[in-house]
Amino acid sequence: MAMQERIDLGVAKPHDIAAASLLYLNGVHVSFDGFRAINNLSLWLAPGEMRAIIGPNGAGKTTMMDIITGKTRPDEGDVLFDNGSIDLTTKDEAAIASLGIGRKFQKPTVFEEHTAWDNVLLALKMKRTVLANLVWRSNSADSDRIEEILKTIGLSQYGKRQAGSLSHGQKQWLEIGMLIAQDPKLLLVDEPVAGMTDAETMTTADLLREIAQSHTVVVVEHDMEFVRRLGVKVTCLHEGSVLAEGSLDDVSNNERVIEVYLGR
Amino acid sequence: MTRAELGSTRRWVFALLALLTAAVFSFEARAQGDAAAYAKALALFSNDSFNDTDTAISGIAASGHPLAAQIVGALQDGRLLFSAETKKVLIKETSGAIIDAGTGEKLASEPAGLSNVRLNNRLRRSVEAALGTLTLMSPDPVRRLEAANAVFKSRDAAALPAIEQAIQKESDARIKRVFSEARAAIILYGSTAKENEKIEAISIIRDRGDQEARGLLAAMPADQTPGVQRAQAEALKTIDNSLAAWAVAQNFWYGLSLGSVLLLAAIGLAITFGVMGVINMAHGEMVMLGAYTTFVVQEIIRTSAPWLFDYSLAIAIPLAFLVAALVGIAIERGVIRFLYGRPLETLLATWGISLILQQAVRTAFGPTNREVGAPHFMSGATQLAGLTITWNRLWIIVFAILIFGALLAALRYTTLGLQMRAVTQNRRMASAMAINTGRIDALTFALGSGIAGLAGVALSQIDNVSPNLGQGYIIDSFLVVVFGGVGNLWGTLVGALSLGIANKFLEPYAGAVLGKILLLVAVILFIQKRPRGLFALKGRAVEA
Amino acid sequence: MITRRLIEAADNRGSIFLALLAAAIVIVPILHLAVPPTSAFHLGTSAVALWGKYLCYALLALSLDLVWGYCGILSLGHGAFFALGGYAMGMYLMRQIGTRGVYAHPILPDFMVFLNWKELPWFWYGFDMFWFAMLMVLLVPGLLAFVFGWFAFRSRVTGVYLSIITQALTYALMLGFFRNNFGFGGNNGLTDFKDILGFSVQSPYTRTVLFMLSAFALALGYIIARWVVTSKAGKVLIAVRDAESRTRFMGYRVENYKTFVFTLSACMAAVAGALYVPQVGIINPSEFTPANSIEMVIWVAVGGRGTLVGAALGAIIVNFAKSTFTTGFLAPYWLFALGGLFVVVTIFLPKGILGLLPQKSEDTSSSGAPAAQPAE
Repeated sequence: MAMQERIDLGVAKPHDIAAASLLYLNGVHVSFDGFRAINNLSLWLAPGEMRAIIGPNGAGKTTMMDIITGKTRPDEGDVLFDNGSIDLTTKDEAAIASLGIGRKFQKPTVFEEHTAWDNVLLALKMKRTVLANLVWRSNSADSDRIEEILKTIGLSQYGKRQAGSLSHGQKQWLEIGMLIAQDPKLLLVDEPVAGMTDAETMTTADLLREIAQSHTVVVVEHDMEFVRRLGVKVTCLHEGSVLAEGSLDDVSNNERVIEVYLGR
Repeated sequence: MTRAELGSTRRWVFALLALLTAAVFSFEARAQGDAAAYAKALALFSNDSFNDTDTAISGIAASGHPLAAQIVGALQDGRLLFSAETKKVLIKETSGAIIDAGTGEKLASEPAGLSNVRLNNRLRRSVEAALGTLTLMSPDPVRRLEAANAVFKSRDAAALPAIEQAIQKESDARIKRVFSEARAAIILYGSTAKENEKIEAISIIRDRGDQEARGLLAAMPADQTPGVQRAQAEALKTIDNSLAAWAVAQNFWYGLSLGSVLLLAAIGLAITFGVMGVINMAHGEMVMLGAYTTFVVQEIIRTSAPWLFDYSLAIAIPLAFLVAALVGIAIERGVIRFLYGRPLETLLATWGISLILQQAVRTAFGPTNREVGAPHFMSGATQLAGLTITWNRLWIIVFAILIFGALLAALRYTTLGLQMRAVTQNRRMASAMAINTGRIDALTFALGSGIAGLAGVALSQIDNVSPNLGQGYIIDSFLVVVFGGVGNLWGTLVGALSLGIANKFLEPYAGAVLGKILLLVAVILFIQKRPRGLFALKGRAVEA
Repeated sequence: MITRRLIEAADNRGSIFLALLAAAIVIVPILHLAVPPTSAFHLGTSAVALWGKYLCYALLALSLDLVWGYCGILSLGHGAFFALGGYAMGMYLMRQIGTRGVYAHPILPDFMVFLNWKELPWFWYGFDMFWFAMLMVLLVPGLLAFVFGWFAFRSRVTGVYLSIITQALTYALMLGFFRNNFGFGGNNGLTDFKDILGFSVQSPYTRTVLFMLSAFALALGYIIARWVVTSKAGKVLIAVRDAESRTRFMGYRVENYKTFVFTLSACMAAVAGALYVPQVGIINPSEFTPANSIEMVIWVAVGGRGTLVGAALGAIIVNFAKSTFTTGFLAPYWLFALGGLFVVVTIFLPKGILGLLPQKSEDTSSSGAPAAQPAE
């Protein structure tokens, strides 16, 4: 299938694809001590698109996120952003975040000692320099925006609560809220519904769909019901490369996908 | 026996052997014609003039007379007497008996009016050279070698005939070489030799190639022909190069030695840091406890079983391991267990423990250095070509290698090792696989501390055993671990050796302290470059 | 919430703290200078110097708390910045001795004459001027911290690794300063000071002023530190402490924040050192020993890290205990006590003494609060 991707690219002229995509990965390789975590991965996302990424454990989903956000450097391959204008492999995490790529981690990571309000405040899109933050004064515009986000994620009455004391699902939402506050061009959401109740899962799906109306979103998830609810194009990863791509039904009927998942 | 006593005994043996040699020698080789020369030389002693005595010494030495060695020996000890009246020269034996040096007969009583043949410093040198010459033909190769070296140093022209004779007769190639070197030295410092002889002599000295050879060549009399001077300059350069090479080798050896010490001190730390992710600031105190265990073992042996002294280290090794391991378990179960997941707090708590342990030892044994002796086989040094190798350092290197090998094997082939590696790589997973991580932690800590105790036994041989012993090594050990990378024993090995060797190579250029500073700065910079050390674990498992 | 509460609590505690310092600035001079020595209320010279010293330690602890308590950087080399500040002050004081030294050399300090030096090393130039020396007090340690931090934090050296290289840093400096040819008096350091800005360092008035300055510097240091930690940048620091990579993924340049706070902290430590030296009358390389720097950490831990006031309090308590212990028959047991303190505090008192106090009030008010506008 990796070969297939290569050929497709050849036909469509990689340059044009890169120029038309918000995120463009081509021929990316990463190995850890000989183990090839990412193997000739190629993938691109149109601006405004929402994409679900599925795949068995060890398929390289999280490593792919690490590459995009600058945590892991690829051994080779292109990782381009914003219509192919920015090479992400040369930037570090903070720079990539400032370019407008936000990430929600698999394990909810909020600042537990801070209040929910402060968590959102820290994420709010504004200058990140030391000086600007030293002299920052609370103002109504920022407060309104934080209120609005807390409302969106259903945490309005928890603003003064210490984030560490929130429930698991609330932390997940808070983290999504922090992503919204960052107002990124691209949101990477890693397993947002892990450990959530069914009701919470559906609420989260709706939340993400709402966000997707104004942002480009990549969601990594195992939960097929959730992916179905999102109703978007699905990419299945396996052993570090793309195995299948298309609608959820197409992908789940793909023989090789079935083989990989059921181990036949 | 004091050094002086030793010296005089040696002189006696020396003289005795010389006597024997001379006797044999004269019997088989020398013609009777020498007897006249002998008598003539002997008579000069009675003139009571330094110059004449000097001539007499070389005459006697060259005569090959059976009494020659005894006479020169007596002269050296101030037992050579003469009578101004009769012009007779007499030897007073240490027993008090008087021998007529001319005839060799024993006199019944000591004649009146005898005086000592006096010596000054110049003459003392002549005496030594003469004694050297006289032993050149000793049947004992050690004596011959000693004599040859003495001649090499004295460069006494009078010894030349004897040396040449000795070269002819010598069968031991090594001694023969020293003889030729001695001969070459005499030639170079004499004024009679021809240019080609001198050039050849220079090449012989050059081949010797050590510091003494260099000194000898460099201090050659200045009035040489241009050819000799050129040869001299070239030979000096050759020697300098070879000396420099040996100096590098020696430094390497020192570095290896320091590296092995660092390895011993750091490897236990590497295990505990690798498996448990905690820095044990009391690790140095485990080393110190090991050293004090050695001290206690030796004290007990000294007072109750002195014949065991050579085995004291063998006895101390398991005990030191045990003592340190037990204290280690106590620390782990008593303190560190409660601080998992808080590495910085662990660091502080173990620092507190290190203060307590230091003070406890200070209270029990006093703040001063304690004397730990070296067993017989570990004292002294040997010369390996241009290298000086002290036995204790050599044994420590061997010890370090053994421990490293044993540890490597233990980690690879034992169940405990397997479980330890599992916990190192993924604590939660290991725990899920029914590995009792608490037990592993305690055992790991015991093992790491025990090895520190062993390091203490080794360090007691080369360092002061004091309550501060551990503090001197702890920072270096940290740097080794951090430099080598965590969770990899080979990393620790490479780290220890490279830091040890780098340290010793920097020292000659920068001085000990500055060298150390440079190294610290280098490691600090290195950590910037590779924050996880040389051999870091990679992959997703490693979280920032 | 805890943090917010702590900050609010620090407001109260901070006011008390500042009030106490202000009181000390007023009362100590009176007790020392105005109350006759015969009176029971008279404060002796040594007591003033001793408390002045404690205040310097308190400022040092405050600076350490700023990096450790709020940003999670456990520096085991803060003694280096303290000592460098002290040396800069010491160099000024040395140059003030002039011809009153044993060798009466107009320019060279005694130890240089003793070492047969003919000229003043270049790095001693300018230290005869007070303003220059004071500039150096801030500049040298600040620059060192900046460069060190810039390298270390940019390469993401964290946790125990960072602790160890900070320790190596102070160790390297110690080795250097012990050397005679380093030009800072070697083993003996700098001592035998005569006067500062023309006033004798021995005079009770100078001592009183130095004490007042120490108290003032502590107050100022506290205000600056509190301003930093209550700002939004302070929230970022706490975020870095608790979830460094998360902060980075939000676009914050973590290394800049760390370098900033580390440098600020180093400058505060240096000021403490500069005030310390004229009060104790000596600065020598033992100030650089790693053990010294670790001891400072326990002051902070005892008082309660991440509280600022607690750090200052801890420094005073531990040092008061140390002075009491080490002068009496208990002296041999001081290290047992100190060692035990490390163990007990880390295991049983992770939040220190101050951590104990407001705990109860927090539990009752922490949950279920309506989402009001946060405090400005």
